[in-house]
Amino acid sequence: MTTPSGPRRSIGTRLGRWVIVAGFSVLLAFPFYWMAIASFKRGSDLYNLQNNPFIFNQPPTLEHLRLLFEETLFLRWCWNTALAGSAVVIITLVLALPAAWALARLTGAWGQQLGIGIFLTYLIPPTLLFIPMSRVVAVLGLQDSLWSVVVTYPTFTVPFSVWLLMGFFKAIPRDLEEAALVDGLTRLGAFVKLVVPISLSGILTVVIFSFTLVTQEFVYALTFISTAESQTVGVGVPIFLVRGDVYYWGSLMAACLITSLPIAVLYDVFLDRFIAGFTVGSVK
Amino acid sequence: MSEGAARARRRHLLPPGTGLGIAMLAPAVLYILALVGLPLALAFAYSLSDVKVGSEHAHFVGLDNFRSVLQSPTFRRAIGNSFIFTISTQVIVLVCGNALALALRDRFRGRGIVRFFILLPWVAPISLGAIGWKWILDSIYSVVNWVLARMHLVNLYDPPMYLGEPALAMTSVILVHAWRMIPFSTVILLAGLTSIPRDIPEAAAMDGAGFWRTHFEITLPMMRPIINVAVLFGVVFTFTDMVVVYILTRGGPYDTTQVLPSLAFLTGVLGSDLSEGAAISVFLVPILVVVAALMLRVAHRAEVT
Repeated sequence: MTTPSGPRRSIGTRLGRWVIVAGFSVLLAFPFYWMAIASFKRGSDLYNLQNNPFIFNQPPTLEHLRLLFEETLFLRWCWNTALAGSAVVIITLVLALPAAWALARLTGAWGQQLGIGIFLTYLIPPTLLFIPMSRVVAVLGLQDSLWSVVVTYPTFTVPFSVWLLMGFFKAIPRDLEEAALVDGLTRLGAFVKLVVPISLSGILTVVIFSFTLVTQEFVYALTFISTAESQTVGVGVPIFLVRGDVYYWGSLMAACLITSLPIAVLYDVFLDRFIAGFTVGSVK
Repeated sequence: MSEGAARARRRHLLPPGTGLGIAMLAPAVLYILALVGLPLALAFAYSLSDVKVGSEHAHFVGLDNFRSVLQSPTFRRAIGNSFIFTISTQVIVLVCGNALALALRDRFRGRGIVRFFILLPWVAPISLGAIGWKWILDSIYSVVNWVLARMHLVNLYDPPMYLGEPALAMTSVILVHAWRMIPFSTVILLAGLTSIPRDIPEAAAMDGAGFWRTHFEITLPMMRPIINVAVLFGVVFTFTDMVVVYILTRGGPYDTTQVLPSLAFLTGVLGSDLSEGAAISVFLVPILVVVAALMLRVAHRAEVT
């Protein structure tokens, strides 16, 4: 990106830009601001139609947070999510790293075709597979267990990661690897000792991508896991934090905000690299 | 180095179909075959059978399930809704994403924090964002109603039910999903926009072409491939998604916001009718095939040029 140069932008253009940016920032971030407000408002303030909802009409309270952390399974769900996320990351790396390198380097002309084929499986959505997949999960004896999502989530993290890593590996000059071969390393040795270390940023992208995807997935966890204790945070909060028809809005909003923000920060840092995965080929 | 020499050298360094290559590819390919290929085949098999939860033996019933779902008014409604949901969302997302991408193209003070705000709906788990909207659109304590009541547009004691009246519920579901997809489309379009050499639109501006003319006659055509990418992914992520609908309305009121994925879930998972649920899911396939074919064309064209 260059600094603004060439013809000066007119006042109208700059004003238009400011209005669009400010307007969309408010519109898109508003629900999260609203979660923050609700998290600290007293119930008697929250549920009063006469009160201005934008301000604290009564002093803020930590009661919703106390309820969330002490009397719900929220922490358990966070822990489950971290556990499942880490396991999925490991499985994804073990499967995708060698496959991506083989596609980028070893397999010649049909590498690209097979790579595209694998990427296309990323488009097959959980909502098409969930019914037979629950059968597969049952056969594996993983029904109602956190491991059901550990086994099934790599179905979308692996294809995307293979694709992303393939791009990274292709960008590594072949001469480097050739030199390593000349120096007496085997192809596998060159991959482990040379390619993996210089692709660390790509690998880190895959780690973050896979982990955040685990936190964002909803359909499989909802289908396979019916016990509250075994749930992930993405399903536990919206489904099990509601008792009957009673919504504990304060705690619910706090849970949404506390979970969303760290994931958002993490994802934001790596975003440009994910987007590179989607746009490979159509941006020069 | 000439093209031929490069190719010869490549072949020498990396002979195709080596044992090592196959060994490195095999785990990923086998995993995908077992957990994507097999379930996909099973989905088709289920849709042609009478399998129910707990039933040991299933029989081949041909197209009975498809016949039965096609006769169901709920299903027909869900198909229509799926298209309305997808098309409306994508139109909103494209217009807003384009405007935002243009506005964010140049660096300015605070761009980083603005980007973070704008990305929030996409990067935060959608099930949690949707719960946030459920509170914003609450039947009693909706902040929208409070604001509208201040403007004397609604009666606070007899407010519109955003998730409880058919037309409003559909609108809400569409807007919330658009809210979720705008950041995704914006960053993709932004990637396309920044790859256009700046001097081309600027030369047009020098020649006296106004902002709109430059935008529609030069910038947009140059962004065609990237817009295709944004739309194709957008269509897949919208047509096959059930999270927003499931959390906001469960498909209600009276199935007026039911879409294909949520109906498949209600029928096949909650209703335990595996075969009919699978038949409903299979109706997602034609759209996916079309998108995949178009995507291959985009990828192919990018390779050729």
